[in-house]
Amino acid sequence: MVKEVPESENRPDNTAFTQQRLPAWQPILSAGIVIPMFVLIGLAFIGIGVALFVTSRSIQVLEIDYTGVEPESPCFRCSSSDVNNCKCNLAFSIDVLFQGPVFFYYGLKNYFQNYRNYGASKDAKQLSGDVDKFTDPAVECAPYRFDSSGKPIVPCGSIANSLFNDTFKLYQIVNGARKEVPLDGKGIAWWTDYNVKYRNPSITPLRNAFNGTVKPVNWPRPAYELDTTDPANNGFINQDFLVWMRRAALPNFRKLYRRITEGDYSEGLPAGNYTLEISYNYPVLKFDGRKTVVFSNVSWMGGKNEFLGIAYLVIGSLCVVMSIVMLIVYAKFKFPDED
Amino acid sequence: MLRWIRQQLGFDPPHQSETRTVYVANRFPQHGHYIPQRFADNRIISSKYTIWNFVPKNLFEQFRRIANFYFLIIFLVQLMIDTPTSPVTSGLPLFFVITVTAIKQGYEDWLRHKADNEVNGAPVFVVRSGSLVQTRSKNIRVGDIVRVAKDETFPADLVLLSSDRADGTCHITTASLDGETNLKTHYSVAETSVCQSVSQLEALQAVVECQQPEADLYRFVGRVTVTQHGEEIVRPLGPENLLLRGARLKNTKEIFGVAVYTGMESKMALNYKCKSQKRSAVEKSMNTFLLIYLGILLSEAVLSTILKYAWQAEDKWDEPFYNQKTDQERNSSPILKFISDFLAFLVLYNFIIPISLYVTVEMQKFLGSFFIGWDLDLYHEESDQKAQVNTSDLNEELGQVEYVFTDKTGTLTENEMQFRECSISGTKYREVNGKLVPEGMTDDSPDGSTPHLVGEELLFLKAVSLCHTVQISYDQPDCLVGGGDPFSHVNGFSSNHMEYYASSPDEKALVEAAKRIGVAFTGTSGDTMEIKTFGKTEKYKLLHVLEFDADRRRMSVILQTPSGGQVLFTKGAESAILPFTTSGEIEKTRLHVDEFALKGLRTLVVACRHFSPEEYIDVDRRLNAARTALQQREERLQEAFSYIERDLQLLGATGVEDKLQDKVQETIEALRLAGIKVWVLTGDKHETAVSVSLSCGHFHRTMNILELLQQRSDNECAEQLRRLARRIKEDHVIQHGLVVDGASLSLALREHEKLFMEVCKNCSAVLCCRMAPLQKAKVVRLLKTSPEKPITLAIGDGANDVSMIQEAHVGIGIMGKEGRQAVRNSDYAIARFKFLAKLLLVHGHFYYIRIATLVQYFFYKNVCFITPQFLYQFFCLFSQQTLYDSVYLTLYNICFTSLPILVYSLFEQLVHPHVLQSKPGLYRDISKNAMLSFRTFLYWTLLGFCHAFVFFFGSYILMGEDTTLMGNGQMFGNWTFGTLVFTVMVITVTLKLALETHFWTWMNHFVTWGSIAFYFIFSLFYGGIIWPFLHTQDMYFVFVQLLSSGSAWFAIIIIVITCLFPDVVKKVFYRHLHPTSTQKSQSLSAPQAQDLSCLESLCCYQHGQSGCTRLARLLEHMTGQCKASANNCHASSRSNRSWSDTENFYSNDRSILTLSPIEATHC
Repeated sequence: MVKEVPESENRPDNTAFTQQRLPAWQPILSAGIVIPMFVLIGLAFIGIGVALFVTSRSIQVLEIDYTGVEPESPCFRCSSSDVNNCKCNLAFSIDVLFQGPVFFYYGLKNYFQNYRNYGASKDAKQLSGDVDKFTDPAVECAPYRFDSSGKPIVPCGSIANSLFNDTFKLYQIVNGARKEVPLDGKGIAWWTDYNVKYRNPSITPLRNAFNGTVKPVNWPRPAYELDTTDPANNGFINQDFLVWMRRAALPNFRKLYRRITEGDYSEGLPAGNYTLEISYNYPVLKFDGRKTVVFSNVSWMGGKNEFLGIAYLVIGSLCVVMSIVMLIVYAKFKFPDED
Repeated sequence: MLRWIRQQLGFDPPHQSETRTVYVANRFPQHGHYIPQRFADNRIISSKYTIWNFVPKNLFEQFRRIANFYFLIIFLVQLMIDTPTSPVTSGLPLFFVITVTAIKQGYEDWLRHKADNEVNGAPVFVVRSGSLVQTRSKNIRVGDIVRVAKDETFPADLVLLSSDRADGTCHITTASLDGETNLKTHYSVAETSVCQSVSQLEALQAVVECQQPEADLYRFVGRVTVTQHGEEIVRPLGPENLLLRGARLKNTKEIFGVAVYTGMESKMALNYKCKSQKRSAVEKSMNTFLLIYLGILLSEAVLSTILKYAWQAEDKWDEPFYNQKTDQERNSSPILKFISDFLAFLVLYNFIIPISLYVTVEMQKFLGSFFIGWDLDLYHEESDQKAQVNTSDLNEELGQVEYVFTDKTGTLTENEMQFRECSISGTKYREVNGKLVPEGMTDDSPDGSTPHLVGEELLFLKAVSLCHTVQISYDQPDCLVGGGDPFSHVNGFSSNHMEYYASSPDEKALVEAAKRIGVAFTGTSGDTMEIKTFGKTEKYKLLHVLEFDADRRRMSVILQTPSGGQVLFTKGAESAILPFTTSGEIEKTRLHVDEFALKGLRTLVVACRHFSPEEYIDVDRRLNAARTALQQREERLQEAFSYIERDLQLLGATGVEDKLQDKVQETIEALRLAGIKVWVLTGDKHETAVSVSLSCGHFHRTMNILELLQQRSDNECAEQLRRLARRIKEDHVIQHGLVVDGASLSLALREHEKLFMEVCKNCSAVLCCRMAPLQKAKVVRLLKTSPEKPITLAIGDGANDVSMIQEAHVGIGIMGKEGRQAVRNSDYAIARFKFLAKLLLVHGHFYYIRIATLVQYFFYKNVCFITPQFLYQFFCLFSQQTLYDSVYLTLYNICFTSLPILVYSLFEQLVHPHVLQSKPGLYRDISKNAMLSFRTFLYWTLLGFCHAFVFFFGSYILMGEDTTLMGNGQMFGNWTFGTLVFTVMVITVTLKLALETHFWTWMNHFVTWGSIAFYFIFSLFYGGIIWPFLHTQDMYFVFVQLLSSGSAWFAIIIIVITCLFPDVVKKVFYRHLHPTSTQKSQSLSAPQAQDLSCLESLCCYQHGQSGCTRLARLLEHMTGQCKASANNCHASSRSNRSWSDTENFYSNDRSILTLSPIEATHC
């Protein structure tokens, strides 16, 4: 029946692995290593911090609130809800040359693009040009899936429906006359968004793809007419639309509106007086929202952000301070020797 | 059918009657009252599952675990209601965990199936319809006559019918059952033993009646009724007639037996032990922590739900124009909404309970336990035995032991008996060169002179060589095959070829000694025992054996002398025999016995009784009646025995030495230094026990030995205890040792537990002698349940230690000579007592540190993981928006952070093993579950929260100023924000473990840096493709965009450093201001590290240097002038060498080689 176990050699292998003798590096976090390490890190961080701080300091930012809450605000008239197609002019002046390229942002405050239902309310397939989804948008789009007559809404969902629709025109006042500053609407969205992720259906002309569908409720024009000046910037790859579709992480956010790179303004905005003509459409007062416009130039590290520089300086100095404290402790209290 | 189901479920006992009736060869009575009985078939099923029930049964088993069940609930909630994360996020990890476990269990079960099939399919020979038929083992039915040939194992429990020997006996070994390798003789009933051929068996009409199956290997009660010539002959059956499944036939050509217990009803199968259900202290704290985390989870979910409704009270937040609700959402009932919101938050935060914790812990324990078996230091060269792990659940408990209860014989001692002295009729003798030399006389008899033994001496030696159960095995046992009578061959061999086998080593030593002196036991044939007295053969007929048992503590044989008289020889413990002696040198012998005991010898007393013919008839009748009784056989036998074993004539006493094992003293000393209290529990006499205790270092000469002995009454005992307590109080400078005997102990335990505990705790060593097996367990339980709930360890080698081994938190078996029962019931088994030191001090220490850090780290990393998610809710109106993408949520615990901690928990060595072993005091550093105390738990949890705050608010401040982070002015979205937090988290959490790691093997490097690299590569890959099957493409290019931002890189670095910075500072300060002894010894092992850097050699400074010089030297080092003076290093290497010289006796020779002092001169 069961075979008798032969008298086998039970001796375990004598290898580094089985005997837990693998060669190993055994660092000890003692003052001896940590102090010089801290000094090095601290000095490096202070250096980086200074560089970051200086870089950040050199960036110019101009932020103007145009919500129109205060009666003296030029947009006060437009902010009441019963006014339609309201325009207001915002005058401001620049003292020194605003180094180009200048980026023109609009900002919203107290606006929760990160609301979960809101974020889910879109149809990724539809936006990637799947025509099947034009007739039957995803359920997540509700209540912006079908309009009251039962026609599918394209693009469906809350995000698309709430597309920011204030428009801006910037004029420089040169000798009392208004000189329009050319605004570049290209390159404001991620390259991958308008080249890969979002696609129009491959039907020409584009409007035929939208037959049998209706535009989002809040939109003045259907998706294929978002940019009347450039036919290629329409439908789901319209860059203003794409910028809006990339939801902001936090309730106060800015989105890139235009770049000022062309003509006389490629070097930046010269000192002088400017007027911003705003067509005021987007209601924010109901939820205590604020609207701003922001002009900013950028460095290699992005926009003005003093946090990084300060953080590096603080941590760097802390490292140095701690290493000095450790040195004192080390000198004063002997490392307890073996006894 | 219903009954069958109930039976299967165990509601109904399957057998109603107390006995079963087996018709040999299934020849049922032709007429009359035959009730067919159902017996189990001979299939052994050790497997748990079949192909069909594997999935449901395994799933059921797994979901009985509370953690798995919890995740199942979460998964179902996700399926049912609209929750922030897709069911995949918790379904996939759950699936992963369940699958891994199922695969492991399935594989183990497959192995069992394979083993079962091999066993069940083995060919066997069965007598059927008049001929020998070969069939498979599983086809054997109860009642079948089975033929077993030499060296085969028995396929079922058989009642021996006949063997090829005329007397119908056979020899077997039960090594695979209880590990006893000695030969045992089993007998058949005379009426059946004549049926040595198939045809004769065919004619046999017999019925076996026996008790229903039970697990006790050594109990069998039955009778066989043989019908011969129309006459029914009834014979008793006992364990000596039963051949157990799994035992092996030896020295016998073939036997026939009838199967009485088959398959799962055989005694072997009934003895299959389920694994011990012991749970370690770590596991208990782990469960407590899980509950705390469940509390955190629930409170976070409740808080979030409440805050959500607080926000939503205002309409402008609840439903702004850009985020209208559907009609369905508006109309659903508020209570339902509230509940579903609560559940959604629960789902959102559920990852705080680490799903992979159990899997990782199990994997760690399973894989980690291999190191014990692999350890060469725990390998015993002589017996070719390595340490054995029976359960890996308790690895870490080895590092927590506070009390060690050890058996003496075979555990502290070799259990290798040497006959030393004896006392015959009041004269003491020593054995010198094979001669008995009376005390006071020198061995001056000229060589070759015939030894002159007087009658008493001769009688004593004859008693010793006849009263035993020793078997003989010959070197060439094949020669025996020919005939049934071994004696015919004995003359042809020199007696050197003869070897004694005995279950008791004492007996073997005595028989061997008698042989050396001149009275040699040469064998048993049938019921005849043969001895050779100085070459002259004498034959004794063996009439009865009164077997040894632990209550009587003696055994006897009744023999017919060659001259025809009947004599009883008995031998046993002195307390079991002296009271029954009536003649002989009782007082002198008692003195001698005490003297032997003082020398540490094991003593036995030998006595005899001559029967008159009338007496013998009475004795014979009583014994036979008791043996054939079906009811209460044991009680009646006891009665008969005590009737017979009285009026004894004292012959003498023997003293047998049991050598101490190697390095017992050092081991006990090491355990004591480690803060472990050692209790020796033994069945020996108190004098023997004390003397062994002294010689093994359990008691010191300087110790004040307190005694609690021979207490007769409660009051007396209490009085003595109080007296002892007072003595301890008065004299607390000196160490105390306590000796208790079994009887006093049971008194003390009955009424004065507290007082007794009080005394015990103040004694540094306790010795309990005269202990019965159950008493040992009781002592362990007493300590275990005392208010401090100390962790106990029991170590022993014999069957009498099993109860204590099972009772203690950790049970350790010694693979000794007393069978394998202790080993089978233990959690760990080692070959020698000295291995205990390494097992506890090194392995226990390592496992504890590993698993404790593993548990703490798991909770920490999940707090880090989920708290940012919680914080994010404050910024998204508690809308349950997830911060991380679903794939990241799913893979965080499975892929990104799982391997480093697993590798850490397998390989970490905080201190070098040699240091741990040579400085047992380090064991105290981890005692009382120190690394899983509430304080450390709080530290890790708070650390997790702090880190989470830093991740989240660091990223928040960076992005919250809502400026662009990219050089092209474009903006990031919410997923980039989440990915930034996640990236920082993965790196920080991995590096935090790197900070904890002290032992960096290439594997640690590989998995630590590999995990971070894998995260980056995976993210690039995941974000680089439009995944056709995914619902949304939210993560497309998010990671690349994040990495293309310089600010993000700087932010990642600063956040990670900020998190780890305080930790490093804390570590350095603790190391220098409050170093634990473990940390102190790390520097000891440091010089051995290969990459000894100059800076690390700072510890080489000599004593007495002032802080200033140290500082100066430090600065010197920092500026790169690495000139640690040769002086200093010499000092260190010298001290190192001396340390290895003096302390290396704990480790064996091989380990010293690895500890070369040269390495210390690196600097």
